[in-house]
Amino acid sequence: MAYFKKLGKTARRNYLTYGLVILAFVILQVMMGSLSSSLKGMLVPICAYVVMAVSLNLTVGILGELSLGHAGFMSVGAFMGVVAAASLQEIIPFAPVRLAISMVVGAAFAAVAGFLIGIPVLRLKGDYLAIVTLAFGEIIKTIFTNLYVGLDGSGLHMSLLEDKTDLAEGGKLIIAGPMGMGGIQKISTFSAGFVLVMVTLLIVFNLVKSRDGRAIMAIRDNRIAAESIGINITKYKMIAFVTSAALAGAAGTLFAMNYSTIVATKFDFNTSILVLVFVVLGGLGNMLGSIIAAAVLTILPEALRQFADYRMLVYAIVLILVMLATNNPTLRAYLDRFKNKFRRRNSKKEAV
Amino acid sequence: MAKLVPIPSDSLIPERDINKAPILECINLGITFGGLKAVEDFNLTIGRTEIAGLIGPNGAGKTTVFNLLTKVYQPTKGTILLDGMDTHGMDTIKVNRAGIARTFQNIRLFQDLSVVDNVKTAMDNQMHYNMWEGIFRLPRYWREERTAHERALELLSLFHMEELAKVRAGSLPYGAQRRLEIVRALATNPSLLLLDEPAAGMNPSETAELMENIRKIRDTFQIAVMLIEHDMNLVMNICEGICVLNFGRVIAKGSPEDIQANPAVIEAYLGKKKEA
Repeated sequence: MAYFKKLGKTARRNYLTYGLVILAFVILQVMMGSLSSSLKGMLVPICAYVVMAVSLNLTVGILGELSLGHAGFMSVGAFMGVVAAASLQEIIPFAPVRLAISMVVGAAFAAVAGFLIGIPVLRLKGDYLAIVTLAFGEIIKTIFTNLYVGLDGSGLHMSLLEDKTDLAEGGKLIIAGPMGMGGIQKISTFSAGFVLVMVTLLIVFNLVKSRDGRAIMAIRDNRIAAESIGINITKYKMIAFVTSAALAGAAGTLFAMNYSTIVATKFDFNTSILVLVFVVLGGLGNMLGSIIAAAVLTILPEALRQFADYRMLVYAIVLILVMLATNNPTLRAYLDRFKNKFRRRNSKKEAV
Repeated sequence: MAKLVPIPSDSLIPERDINKAPILECINLGITFGGLKAVEDFNLTIGRTEIAGLIGPNGAGKTTVFNLLTKVYQPTKGTILLDGMDTHGMDTIKVNRAGIARTFQNIRLFQDLSVVDNVKTAMDNQMHYNMWEGIFRLPRYWREERTAHERALELLSLFHMEELAKVRAGSLPYGAQRRLEIVRALATNPSLLLLDEPAAGMNPSETAELMENIRKIRDTFQIAVMLIEHDMNLVMNICEGICVLNFGRVIAKGSPEDIQANPAVIEAYLGKKKEA
């Protein structure tokens, strides 16, 4: 306990986040038998969205740049990850290892996409950056809607716009243009999702608490001052952006491997906005908030199924009310007072 | 790379630095903004451990000179030699790495970082561990972070700020924010420190403390300090050489006594005497 007290505020918060995620995983594992099948089916998507939210929070909350194309990176990760998994099916029969390698491949491709888009985008600021990332998301969606990738004995074949893959006997089309990917082996598991969430948290927290994180936040707080003390703006912005993209890619692979079919339109502008909602609702720079927001808002539409046709209407109203409530100064002041009281009582206990 | 240039005869260099190469030389420095000559024919030499002042009425181009030295603006004319090395083509980041650090007229701190993190951010040029070493917490991360933390606290304690290390920089009182900006600039290990109106908004006792601190910086780190200031009491007290700007041109250079007696300076500040 004494050790815990000695840690800084951020470190305490980070450990709390790790702890709560582990706790949630253990509880869900124990209760697995009694969970409804619809909720069970949502565990992997929740993990994927949690990773999406945490990684977007790195761009929006820590780097301070609004990105509206985060689903684009998820898409790159999803498609490339599935292609990798399909290609490796014979070579690596053990599913968890195959999934892990596919995630790394998905993350790597998303990182490359992040780097390429980062070159022009990171020269822009504010609204302009947001608009270009939005356009990027649309471009990625269009590319994958028109992409054909097939696998046969001689390796991978690729073509754009129409199916010219010309597969040999026994070959299989992995990405079939507008039909998306079909016949995906569902190898994503809740445990894999949990591991990915933990790895994401580890990467993001440790990055933030290193020279890179300090530099990234310095650029967010005051770009001119950061330059004046010799911070390489482009390098550190790129580090944040590419890391964020890579994590989104891994989340995309996890997400895609949970379904037997997936189409590119799944990762559209709405998905980007949805993830942004998680981040804003959870609080900019607040990873625990992002996690909770992502989990709750992913379950919510399912939980509102009893409202049938009015489901999305109720969802929207709940969202508006929550946004209003969390930004209400009176409520905030009340919560702070409550927190202070709690803290004072604790310190009194210690004094005794 | 480095080339030595003879010291111009009108330099302000104090006697103890006279035999050493100057830290900064500006030769015919100038910049025009769309036809407006903001700074013109600016010549100045600053000694290794000199405290120099740059004064002049509002709009004279003092901050523009700082922006030229730190390459916020690229000069359209002239040369800047930093420790004998031409800074032509360098950007703000490279100039800082070469040894010029500055503070700002309107305070620019990293508001949401803690005081000690503000200082540690400025030590980026002294750290060598890469992103992966940071993420996986390899030995070099711990070693360099510990060194940086200790040095940051040491620097803060010079200005009696070690108690405030964990406070959010944005919530510091005004005077402490100004001091933190100076500490942050010092943390980059500069050989020339530029202070843009360090005493602005300070009361007399804070200003007196600031004077002490500026002398302390010079003595402890053996670096040159150049400051822009409107508080004449401060300037005349601590500066060894003063340069006066008006309408982008140098109108006088010399010791505080020379400047106080210079009719051109008096005219720039107080206006021309009406002829009877």
